[in-house]
Amino acid sequence: MLDIKNLHAKVGNNEILKGINLKVNAGEVHAIMGPNGSGKSTLANVLAGRSAYEVTNGSVYYSGQDLLEMSPEDRAREGVFLAFQYPVEIPGVNNTYFLKAALNAIRKHRGEEQLDAMDFLALTRQKMKILHIDESLLKRPVNEGFSGGEKKRNEIFQMAVLEPKLAILDETDSGLDIDALRVVAEGVNALRSPDRAIIVVTHYQRLLDYIVPEFVHVLSEGRIVKSGGKELALDLEEKGYSWIEDEIKQLTTV
Amino acid sequence: MNNTLEKNAFYTSDFQASLDRKSGSAPSWLAPLKKAAFSRFTEMGYPTRHHEEWRFTIITPLLDKRFVLATEVPNHDESDLDGLAFISQDFPRLVFVNGRYSEKLSVTTGIPGGVRAGSIAQVLQNEPSLLENHLGRNADIESQPFTALNTAFLEDGAVVIIPAGKIVEQPIQVVYISVEQINQPISHPRTLIVAGENSQSTIIESYVSKQGTVSFSNAVTEVAVGANAVVDHYKLQRESETAYHIGSMAITMARNANFSSHSLTLGGAITRNEVTALLGNEGCECTLNGVYLADGARVVDNHTSIDHAMPHCNSHEVYKGILDDKAHGVFNGKIFVRQDAQKTDAKQTNKTLLLSEDAQINTKPQLEIFADDVKCTHGATIGQLNEEALFYLRARGIGLDDARSMLIHAFASDVIDRIKIVSLREEIDMLLFELLPGGS
Repeated sequence: MLDIKNLHAKVGNNEILKGINLKVNAGEVHAIMGPNGSGKSTLANVLAGRSAYEVTNGSVYYSGQDLLEMSPEDRAREGVFLAFQYPVEIPGVNNTYFLKAALNAIRKHRGEEQLDAMDFLALTRQKMKILHIDESLLKRPVNEGFSGGEKKRNEIFQMAVLEPKLAILDETDSGLDIDALRVVAEGVNALRSPDRAIIVVTHYQRLLDYIVPEFVHVLSEGRIVKSGGKELALDLEEKGYSWIEDEIKQLTTV
Repeated sequence: MNNTLEKNAFYTSDFQASLDRKSGSAPSWLAPLKKAAFSRFTEMGYPTRHHEEWRFTIITPLLDKRFVLATEVPNHDESDLDGLAFISQDFPRLVFVNGRYSEKLSVTTGIPGGVRAGSIAQVLQNEPSLLENHLGRNADIESQPFTALNTAFLEDGAVVIIPAGKIVEQPIQVVYISVEQINQPISHPRTLIVAGENSQSTIIESYVSKQGTVSFSNAVTEVAVGANAVVDHYKLQRESETAYHIGSMAITMARNANFSSHSLTLGGAITRNEVTALLGNEGCECTLNGVYLADGARVVDNHTSIDHAMPHCNSHEVYKGILDDKAHGVFNGKIFVRQDAQKTDAKQTNKTLLLSEDAQINTKPQLEIFADDVKCTHGATIGQLNEEALFYLRARGIGLDDARSMLIHAFASDVIDRIKIVSLREEIDMLLFELLPGGS
């Protein structure tokens, strides 16, 4: 589904991704871990199409299409979803109105019928329950005045409604207490399916207790330096990132 | 000065004709008022950039045109209303074509008993005493040249008199249409609103014309709000993008009066709105809100002045501008708090959204406070569309144009949401979407 080859990207003059290679198949959950500044969020944002990041080399193919050539909205319409690390507050834009517009833009792209307010409400009600989203939250402006936990739940709620094929969760766990974490994980797990892939970007192993990945990759200084199964995350938790970094140093000195 | 006078010269003969036209039936007090106004206008001439209140607004394109005063109602019919904004079939309306009352297009059924709503020209003829104490009493001909000019040419316009204690449920519409049946018409419409004690009313004053019409509306509105009366006023400017509009509104308020103004400027090559509110009695509540939207090389200038002369009055003002291309916005908001006006609570905000590199705004809050126990705040912000928010919307599948439109709309929403007339709010909402860049 996703094929990243030798991806380089920079912000300004600062090269952050220095040759990422990653393959993600439908049905898989990949965790990308790494210390702060290793390029995790950059990778997530490059995949979503944020223009602040400039791709200088490499390629990304998504379901056979050149993802880097697509506008952010086209990526979303084709089924790419980024759960933001810092969801943006948008005063004056009502949450329901926004999400309905998004869903209908995607449905239109798929050649499906537009949903009216009634159908939309019916569709969202059940998903709201899973994510413990109060209906009043939907009547407020997008993310405005939401608590940290509410913002993250709102991201996963949007994901549940938009039903993407490739979901990228950018540090969705940071700042969440354990109850909120469980709710978010439950929402994500409800979306796991054989035709959907999920990339979980996280700094901590904790989230992976609840969203159990098939693959774990460790990112350091813009490269994936180690890949493995879910047990890699546990090793990291135990030994810390310095363990990986030491290992790399040894490799390079040998 | 010579230059200015030369440009005025052609109006002198028009003025004499205007005076003669009405002298037969007009009340004796009218001609002296008009003459005084004309001579004051001749003294002042047109404002230039050297005039402090006109520093940022260049009106040369307006002065370079030879506008023609309509002397009679042009031929017109219902089709002249087609496609014009803000004409509701649900509310009574007084319609004026090139500044003159149109019986044909007006709908007076639905105006409740006791309320006087009609043409100033007709009332001047039949019952001038109704107007004598109000007409020309508040409009400032001494320092505002265009108001003086309007007064000099005062012949017609709308008068709405709400008797004491009357609650008028439905809004009354006053519609000024410019049609180019004669080349480049100029009109000097006058609106007079007198709200009696304890009355409540809503007036929608709109200025409209079809696309491509070149016209000049030089409008003056006088509002006298009686004790404990509530007046909700809407001014909608949706004249063509080749039209010129200079309008001033003067409001006086009796004790505990409540006045709110919603000013929406969506058209015009050059538009200037002046609002002057005198809170001359205790307990007044004054709200001035505005939204203006301009693209191309259009100019929108809003000058407001709120004079807190007595204690315990509140004023609340929010103006929001959306400027694209090479559009130029001007906002000047004066608040005076006189020595007697203790316990004043005044709040002013002007926010501008610039959608292009070449759009510009000159914003100037001007507070002069002479009382010591007051609460006054003001703030002005100028910004661009939030790139983060734009990306967020796009990352959810919303196209760039729609995302921009959504954010621009959101910027104006707190003012739009305060429009209490549902059908009007919906129409403004729709118009905003249409007029915004990327709109359909």
